[in-house]
Amino acid sequence: MTLTDELFAKNTVKLDSKIPDGPVADKWDNYKENMKLVNPNNKRKFKVIVVGTGLAGASAAATLAELGYQVDAFTFHDSARRAHSIAAQGGINGAKNYKGDGDSVHRLFYDTVKGGDFRAREANVHRLAQVSVDIIDQMVAQGVPFAREYGGLLDNRSFGGAQVSRTFYARGQTGQQLLLGAYQQFSRQVGLGGISLYNRSELIDIVVIDGRASGIVVRDLVTGEITSHAAHAVVLATGGYGNAFFLSTNAMACNVTAAWRAHRKGALFANPCYTQIHPTCIPQSDDSQSKLTLMSESLRNDGRVWVPVNPNETRLARDIPEEERDYYLERLYPSFGNLAPRDISSRAAKRLVDKGQGVGPKKNGVYLDFSEAIERLGHDVVQERYGNLFEMYERIAGENPYETPMRIYPASHYTMGGLWVDYELQTNIPGLYAAGEANFSDHGANRLGASALMQGLSDGYFVLPYTIGNGLAPLLNKPMPGIDHPEFKAAEEAARERFNAYLAINGTKSPDYFHRELGKIIWDYCGMERTEEGLKKALELLPALYQEFKTDLRVTGEGDNMNQTLEKAGRVDDFFQLGMLMCRDALDRKESCGGHFRSEYQTDEGEALRDDENYCHVAAWQWGGDPMTPNLNVEPLEFEAVHLATRSYK
Amino acid sequence: MSNHLKNITLRIWRQAGPAAKGNFETHVVDEITDEASFLEMLDILNDKLVTEGKEAVVFDHDCREGICGTCSLMIDGQAHGPQRGTATCQLHMRQFKSNDTITIEPWRASAFPIIKDLMVDRSAFDRIIESGGYITADTGGAPDANLIPISKIVADAAMDSAACIGCGACVAACPNGAANLFTGAKIAHLSRLPQGQAERYSRVEAMVETMDERFGSCTNHGECEAACPKEISIDVIALMNKDFRKAKFSNRKDLARK
Repeated sequence: MTLTDELFAKNTVKLDSKIPDGPVADKWDNYKENMKLVNPNNKRKFKVIVVGTGLAGASAAATLAELGYQVDAFTFHDSARRAHSIAAQGGINGAKNYKGDGDSVHRLFYDTVKGGDFRAREANVHRLAQVSVDIIDQMVAQGVPFAREYGGLLDNRSFGGAQVSRTFYARGQTGQQLLLGAYQQFSRQVGLGGISLYNRSELIDIVVIDGRASGIVVRDLVTGEITSHAAHAVVLATGGYGNAFFLSTNAMACNVTAAWRAHRKGALFANPCYTQIHPTCIPQSDDSQSKLTLMSESLRNDGRVWVPVNPNETRLARDIPEEERDYYLERLYPSFGNLAPRDISSRAAKRLVDKGQGVGPKKNGVYLDFSEAIERLGHDVVQERYGNLFEMYERIAGENPYETPMRIYPASHYTMGGLWVDYELQTNIPGLYAAGEANFSDHGANRLGASALMQGLSDGYFVLPYTIGNGLAPLLNKPMPGIDHPEFKAAEEAARERFNAYLAINGTKSPDYFHRELGKIIWDYCGMERTEEGLKKALELLPALYQEFKTDLRVTGEGDNMNQTLEKAGRVDDFFQLGMLMCRDALDRKESCGGHFRSEYQTDEGEALRDDENYCHVAAWQWGGDPMTPNLNVEPLEFEAVHLATRSYK
Repeated sequence: MSNHLKNITLRIWRQAGPAAKGNFETHVVDEITDEASFLEMLDILNDKLVTEGKEAVVFDHDCREGICGTCSLMIDGQAHGPQRGTATCQLHMRQFKSNDTITIEPWRASAFPIIKDLMVDRSAFDRIIESGGYITADTGGAPDANLIPISKIVADAAMDSAACIGCGACVAACPNGAANLFTGAKIAHLSRLPQGQAERYSRVEAMVETMDERFGSCTNHGECEAACPKEISIDVIALMNKDFRKAKFSNRKDLARK
């Protein structure tokens, strides 16, 4: 009996992934042929709440409203257009094979499963690859100005982990242009009355009545007012939890609160230890820094990564001769070179910096060098491809990358873990759905570049609008609880008490202080390399710091108007609880896979060593009343179309 | 290499709420590295204020990569501060010197009421987009993406105006509080593309009408272009005006046929 079987037998929750029958390539079509439909005239009888207005949320809300459902959309931003999807730079994958270089739905599916180190659910990934082609069509129809060739056709570039060019892009601002496309479609529905928009409103609880998600409780960030909203279905499209590390490439306000509050109400949280550390970010320059900036992976199409061979090197980069440079990605992974996947590139950079070969004033980076590309392509072509990224780098680092190589270092960027969902993107709480980065389903233990935008839009445009209908159809004309139900009142009261409690502690340290300290612990012990000893230590440090948070926090101002310190306190509270779960999950997964690298489990060459016999499963955690005592449930992963293999990029 | 700036005096606008009377409050930052961003300086100040039991300065910010458009701030009377083509979140302290006095205010425009301190309400921008700043293409029916070739020059020009981050600097910089650069940028983006032609004239009419209800009138000062962190050209306003004028003819003719 394998560990997976053993754990499965002990599950406390029945996990039904609802994977449709048939060969993997036919599953989605089979699903659509057999799903229940809601008559167009009946759709308006259903209300759907969508929380978050990034790619997944905006596209889901817009599409559901177009179909005729009543949609209430919530964002904590001032405008739906601000969601963090906007900061994605490099591009979006689509299996169009416009380049004729051998791409296909199957190849994108295979690359994604392999890139995720065989820890994703096959059926979900195949559907993602299938609808990727529709996404490109839909976004062009919305007026997204993707890059084009002189003949007027769409241009593509390559991203890490793929040997074809399938990435569509709009300069270095692809996320911005896709989000604006979805936002415009969303705004049209706001104007037409299909969507009611609640901006500057933050979800602070989920209400579950008789086992079904019945609505949410939100706090109006401007007035502090706490209100309830009831619906037939609730979609959480609330992003990832990369800010648990404090320093990350996520926007400042990105947080785990919505997913965490759902978790506390019974939704399982899957694979929290699968976090992505992106290899190309600007290294930290000083201790007061609040945020790290990503430099798109697309730069690795033309930039070459290297460090000086001599750890005591003092010369400027350009004065170091070729033979004294170590182009380590090209050396270690000749067939993928500088485009090796993110987890692999990040670890390689960390090891060299740890060995003292780092560059820059703090010796905390590696070079990303464009001199060869500038020579080969000319200054103008490089500027056209990466101009805005080069400018951004110069503003932040104060150096001109056309003359001096960029300095880069890995940073927390994306989280593959998230709320457990079935094939319909429904959590184990009926009526509660999770989409985009907020769910766990498509990227396994490592996400490939240009796949986050693809997944967000796939979930929102082409999956949820079908699966939600299938879930709502049986509810037609059945009564549902309204906001006067005692459960809503109780949730409101609990939230009010929680926020008043932060204000009442009156200690000495700000929420930012605690967030920074919390982030340090998670980065040190649950970052790029993890050990049993370190994770155990983190699980001692975190509860102690959390206790201090609960007794020594200081939040100034009041609860009944705009108070960013109070907002932050609530988010940091949830990050603490999540942080403990991340470490626990990382401790329990005694193998290395993708972004989860346990030093004890590696090959002789230092690559991740999976244990398919015992860990080929999803770890889905149930809230156990205290962040330190979660209950483990597992979903075994079965691979029918893809053969389980050691992931090699050599 | 990093240097440290010393003795920076900040004059910061504090205002308890939309109807409250505001005033400048002075704080001194004793020392800060020039590698710090302008907003990190405010973070440090806020952390100190909270630790001292005082209320933090409220300001809008999020991505800190110059793309989400959440940050604002009039810095010494300039929208997004002294560095051209740069949003406040990308402004770094190396743009300043020791002993500088820096005045920090919110966007000042009647269409952007102050919420608190340095934070304003820019929802009026969303209302303009909701009135027509889109291409109607419901999910599901789109033709193949390569069906309509779009010349690279056209796609690039559309991208130039689509780069708008909706921060509102153009309105804040305009003596009239006009939103013509913001509205013109969206109109130029969509009307340059073949997909945007079907609604070209109804779009410009609806958007300009909504804009005029909420914002001041453009008198060609050009301050908007100078303040725009994405350096969007004022040409988009000319394009909008041209289309608006045409719309008044062509739309009327189309409507008369009904």
